[in-house]
Amino acid sequence: MRKRHKLARGVAVVGAGMSKFGIYKDRNSKDFFVEAFQDMRTSVDKGFDPKDIEALYIGNFTNDFFVHQAHWGPILSDLIGHTPKPATRTEGACASSALSFREGVFAIASGFYDIVLVGGVEDMSKRTTEEVTEGLAMASISYEREAGFTFPGVFGALATAYFHQYGANREHLMNVTIKSHNNAPLNPRAQYNMTIREIMNAKIEKCKAKGESVSPWTTEKEFLSDPVANPVVAWPMHLFDCCPISDGASCMLLVAEDIARNFTDKPLYVAGIGQGSGRGLHAADSLTYFEATRYAAKEAYEMSGLKPEDIQFAEVHDCFSIAEIIHIEDIGFFKPGEGYKAVAEGHTRLDGSKPINTSGGLKCKGHPVGATGVGQLYEIWKQLRGEAGARQIPNKNLRVGATQNLGGTGGTCTMTILERR
Amino acid sequence: MEDRPFSDNSFQQFLNEEKLMGSRCKICRELFVPPRPFCPKCNNTKMEWVPIKGIGKLSAFTSIFVGPPYMVKEGYDRKHPYIAGVIELEEGPKVDARIEGIDANKPELIKIGTPLAATYLHRGEGAEKKTYLAFKPE
Repeated sequence: MRKRHKLARGVAVVGAGMSKFGIYKDRNSKDFFVEAFQDMRTSVDKGFDPKDIEALYIGNFTNDFFVHQAHWGPILSDLIGHTPKPATRTEGACASSALSFREGVFAIASGFYDIVLVGGVEDMSKRTTEEVTEGLAMASISYEREAGFTFPGVFGALATAYFHQYGANREHLMNVTIKSHNNAPLNPRAQYNMTIREIMNAKIEKCKAKGESVSPWTTEKEFLSDPVANPVVAWPMHLFDCCPISDGASCMLLVAEDIARNFTDKPLYVAGIGQGSGRGLHAADSLTYFEATRYAAKEAYEMSGLKPEDIQFAEVHDCFSIAEIIHIEDIGFFKPGEGYKAVAEGHTRLDGSKPINTSGGLKCKGHPVGATGVGQLYEIWKQLRGEAGARQIPNKNLRVGATQNLGGTGGTCTMTILERR
Repeated sequence: MEDRPFSDNSFQQFLNEEKLMGSRCKICRELFVPPRPFCPKCNNTKMEWVPIKGIGKLSAFTSIFVGPPYMVKEGYDRKHPYIAGVIELEEGPKVDARIEGIDANKPELIKIGTPLAATYLHRGEGAEKKTYLAFKPE
């Protein structure tokens, strides 16, 4: 029988921070990271001295391409006065900082360090949309690029396969978008802060003010079905199915479990971590799930001893609307082919039985790719500590939350489970 | 029959010659398209080249309206979208390819399962000359 994965000693999260994700033409990665770092410092209830950090792990995907600067470990180490102690960059495409989190956990669990800082950063706004598309596509495989696939294109293709197999349609994707946009205005760190209805009404008012003919939208789905208001990017992915281009940073302070109470009376504990790798579209087991996510989930569940029904809420990698539906099936929340029905029935809403992406998700919170993995964990931190404000999940006994992060076209997938004890 | 290495480079050379080729493990008979130099099923490098008929059906597709710069250079844009797809070959494996001969402006009419046949797109000039695998309705 396969050995159950476990940490040699427990690891706790005692601080978390993120910058407000968005487009910042006049700021760079250092500015974003300092914002996240300062936010993290103020989150450590009993305070701490940054000089006590023994190692830094930083996720970054493609600043090499976007801003022609690689090697962010030492740059950020110097920025926060951490030199000459070690700084390591992790790269797993859009899952880069989920990997930094994982490396930090292992570093503490091994007994080598007691206190480490993990996080991620990405600066994407200095390039054109076409160039960003090209930069992100560096994480796909060569056969996909030769065929002309973009990231929205890959997820568009997965959507056509999913629709064909399970009978879903574009309207089911819209349910995901509408739900994410309903959560986003409740998150002050989100890049977008309007519901679809507010966006629709604002466009109507704008037309009226200009004296132009007003579009006859009355529902969110009518608005999202309008090819002018919601143009196609890569069929069936339309503008409102796609996450935006974003700048930002995130970080977390990890410590050995036995010293966690020196930092806070409300630490979170790493209950389960899992990571998988996947093949390109042509070689994948299936076009309707990600084998790497299923593997990561299996590892995380095995380590934690928990089951999908024990996880009360999750942040999943909704880089595109169809991805959210596939992920909630892959992490076992819903059966294959049932995810889209669960979304339609409201189960994934903030007040549903299984809230998904209460932060607004990548779609609305933003997706500075290297910062996203730890950015997702930041939402778990806020929710489990009861600090999520207007978007706090209305469950008085919130104890366990999870994240699922995806890199490339499913090449690197992770699942992380945090719990309050 | 062929002594070229089982590499991406050889696969591309064959495409340039308008041939679709895969590699088959001599031990377990598993077929790989594009070719692999190593059989991950039975862990060996005993491969042989196999010509692929180039007949298949559409498993998944997308019509891309916002392409990367290298596709824009070929003349594709929001008004001139292109289709990329995954094709399940008659021999079993799947391949990624461009889809030609179908209206990319009407993706809602495209059906999964559509029978397709391989075709070869020769693009670029001089050193940039390259052949791309594509499929079109039979």
